[in-house]
Amino acid sequence: MKLQEYTSSKGNFEECMKCTVCTAYCPVLQVNPLYPGPKQAGPDGERLRLKDPYFFNKALKYCMNCKRCEVACPSGVHVADLIQAARIKYDTTPPKLRDQILASTDFMGSLARPFAPIVNGVTGLGITKTVLDATLKIDRHRTFPKYSGRSFEGWLKRHRKEQAAFPEQVAYFHGCYVNYNYPQLGKDLVKVMNALGIGVQLLDKEKCCGIAMITNGMSQSARKHAEHNVGVLKKAVDQGLKVVTTSSTCTFTMRDEYPSLLDVDNSAVKDSLLMATRLIYEKLEKGATLKFRADYHKKIAYHTPCHMEKMGWGIFSEKLLKMIPGVEFVMLDSACCGIAGTYGFKKENYEASQAIGAALFSQIESVNPDIVACDCETCKWQIEMSTGYPVQNPISILADALE
Amino acid sequence: MKFDTVIIGGGLAGLTAGLSLQKAGQNTAIISTGQSALHFFSGTFESIEEPPQQMQRLFEEAGIRLHYERGVRLMPLGTFRESALSLEDIDIFPTPKIGRKALIINFMGYHDFFSSFLAEGLQKQGLECRVRFINLPELEKLQLSPSEMRSVQIARAMDRVWEKVVQEIRMLLKDEDVVVLPQVFGLQDTSVPGRIRQGVPARVVFAGTLPPSVPGIRTQMLLKKRYQLLGGSILMGDEAVKAHIYENRIHSIVTRNLDSHYLEASHFILATGGYFSKGLVSNPFQIYEPVFGLDVEYAEDRNTWYNPAFAEDQPYMGYGVKTDGKLHAVKDGQPIDNLFVVGSILGKTQPQFGSAAGLAVRSALAAVDEILRCTQNDGEESASNPLSF
Ligand SMILES: Cc1cc2nc3c(=O)[nH]c(=O)nc-3n(C[C@H](O)[C@H](O)[C@H](O)COP(=O)(O)OP(=O)(O)OC[C@H]3O[C@@H](n4cnc5c(N)ncnc54)[C@H](O)[C@@H]3O)c2cc1C
Ligand code: SF4
Ligand code: SF4
Repeated sequence: MKLQEYTSSKGNFEECMKCTVCTAYCPVLQVNPLYPGPKQAGPDGERLRLKDPYFFNKALKYCMNCKRCEVACPSGVHVADLIQAARIKYDTTPPKLRDQILASTDFMGSLARPFAPIVNGVTGLGITKTVLDATLKIDRHRTFPKYSGRSFEGWLKRHRKEQAAFPEQVAYFHGCYVNYNYPQLGKDLVKVMNALGIGVQLLDKEKCCGIAMITNGMSQSARKHAEHNVGVLKKAVDQGLKVVTTSSTCTFTMRDEYPSLLDVDNSAVKDSLLMATRLIYEKLEKGATLKFRADYHKKIAYHTPCHMEKMGWGIFSEKLLKMIPGVEFVMLDSACCGIAGTYGFKKENYEASQAIGAALFSQIESVNPDIVACDCETCKWQIEMSTGYPVQNPISILADALE
Repeated sequence: MKFDTVIIGGGLAGLTAGLSLQKAGQNTAIISTGQSALHFFSGTFESIEEPPQQMQRLFEEAGIRLHYERGVRLMPLGTFRESALSLEDIDIFPTPKIGRKALIINFMGYHDFFSSFLAEGLQKQGLECRVRFINLPELEKLQLSPSEMRSVQIARAMDRVWEKVVQEIRMLLKDEDVVVLPQVFGLQDTSVPGRIRQGVPARVVFAGTLPPSVPGIRTQMLLKKRYQLLGGSILMGDEAVKAHIYENRIHSIVTRNLDSHYLEASHFILATGGYFSKGLVSNPFQIYEPVFGLDVEYAEDRNTWYNPAFAEDQPYMGYGVKTDGKLHAVKDGQPIDNLFVVGSILGKTQPQFGSAAGLAVRSALAAVDEILRCTQNDGEESASNPLSF
């Protein structure tokens, strides 16, 4: 009897009651017959792998780590964690050069940025795309995120004094995308924060959160990044600062994947690391105010990114957008857009990636919004490329709607 | 975050409550830690009572058509069970003799549909039966992974290629007056079952498969969609873990994902389901309700919880959370004024609501009526739009 009460397995896999609910929500299983599906790959497979690592199935690499199986599971099985942990433990194939390149978002960014116009020109050329496709197996249909000539860090450093003048302060984990590809989002965050009377400062040299390394079989490097980031976050937290973010995936990775997949203890910083949307909502709830333009009228369709769904914080984005006068809000059915970070960039996944997103794309077309809102940068690339509708982070929408 | 009502549990009971409250103009949220028992739903509400009109309207507005006929329905293993209130695509017959001859259709490589049991069962009722397997190029991809060739994967394909199935059936059909098909139609496109019926010159009967249930998932999706359209918020995958209770009132609840951000409301509805959904938890010593620690009615002696004859009625299935006459939860013998309990977490302690899905819907509607009555009477200030500037 004691035994029954005190035994619990890794990732709760013995709680699985074989109900198959997770299989109905796995986006990959819908399109790729080579993937064994969450139940097989997760709890069922775990039982076999514990008996003999021989049972590790390489097809687990098709899992996008979207966590939709976990959100659906009524029994609290950490299905996706089990799958990713098995890949880390048993898959000894070294990552391909292509995967290493795709995974090293900050390294790539710092190399490419000084040459932004050239890089953008070159990666946009048909010939380059064909070469990338043939040599590195990066699908030619992909549009590459553009590199910005000036980094966000540089911009914020130039505005350090003004920011420091605000009575209240937050630190901002901007992530690779804001720094190298889209500094405007960072500037939008600063605008909204400033409107609330809060100044924004940088962390003491953040690194890429490492999610792309985790999914590309480079967990050693990911762990180094995680340890570094927990260190710099802690410095900020020790000064009494909250740290805000604008990317759901970076946030989710640092809050949840660091301890569960990389064994990096983040307990000292976890509670202080928040999506900016949550911090803003909480400020407003406590009485702060934002003034909005009277002439802002937009139909906005919100897409919940997979990691936001898992984290459960989409509600803050939803409530903030609904609160802007002049916004007609539509909640899109929660479904994966198919990009899943670097997954959709790989030639072997391109077709699956587009097929996964198809339902979402056609819903967006039928809603016909002015803007699709979403808190994830890779979803933005995917949805913009596949539908032609503009995608904005809720923070940018807030900034735009401010008086 | 503040709401008028927070509903814990996103199954049939929670969604029904959420829909009616949103419709009445409340600002609500549903929090649900995983998918619900609707994924096992047969399509029939296991209660013979007349459907409340309120329910029929609510479901119709969500795009779910119900019909009410007293009779029997065909079960997945070829037996028949008394039924009445059902989804549109579930047939109810006056007697188990549903025709003269049946053509039973299955898909090549699909193991979750028991065509031979169905044939045996129908033969017992005097029908001649033929089982035929059909194959379509669209299913070949699924056949590569036999363990994952399940109802939902097939249903996704069928939304696109159901017309080919109709053609195949027309070719196979001889003089049968009944065609039995697995319930794998109309997952997204709800018109498909009806169009198949139109296209096949015989009575088409959709029979249950192993889970997940396609009509159940469809019902869930439509209810959820309608709820969101009416402005309700769903916190999917989150879990209520505890509550702040002062003087017999719930002030707020704490959730796993929102940690220090509490959910406040004037009223709360507990719709966390039975053992399957962990609304009730049993261990060797007790049966308990994990979120609020409410009083649960069950027999003291554990040996009487179950009946050793497996197929018989099991006493533990009847156990449930105690409530007062108005579905208020009871904790340490005291009713909690603003917490209502609905759905299968009630066990069978509330016979006036019927059983199973009927209990879920009827108790949810009763709780909603009570909440709306309290709100009107007290002239309670509505928490709607707590952030209007
Ligand atoms: C396998 C099975 C098959 C069934 N088939 C039928 C049928 O064919 N016909 C019929 O009439 N009835 C059937 N029933 C009975 C069924 O229980 C009811 O019909 C009805 O669906 C119950 O609805 P509910 O909303 O009360 O609970 P559920 O559908 O169980 O929903 C409860 C929800 O609450 C969530 N939850 C639990 N704890 C928490 C928490 N702490 N925080 C947040 N969320 C939480 C769960 O994840 C779940 O989503 C079946 C039941 C089972 C288990
Ligand atoms: S949903 Fe959860 S319990 Fe059901 S099969 Fe999947 S992992 Fe197991
Ligand atoms: S994480 Fe996503 S892709 Fe992987 S098994 Fe779960 S649902 Fe499927």
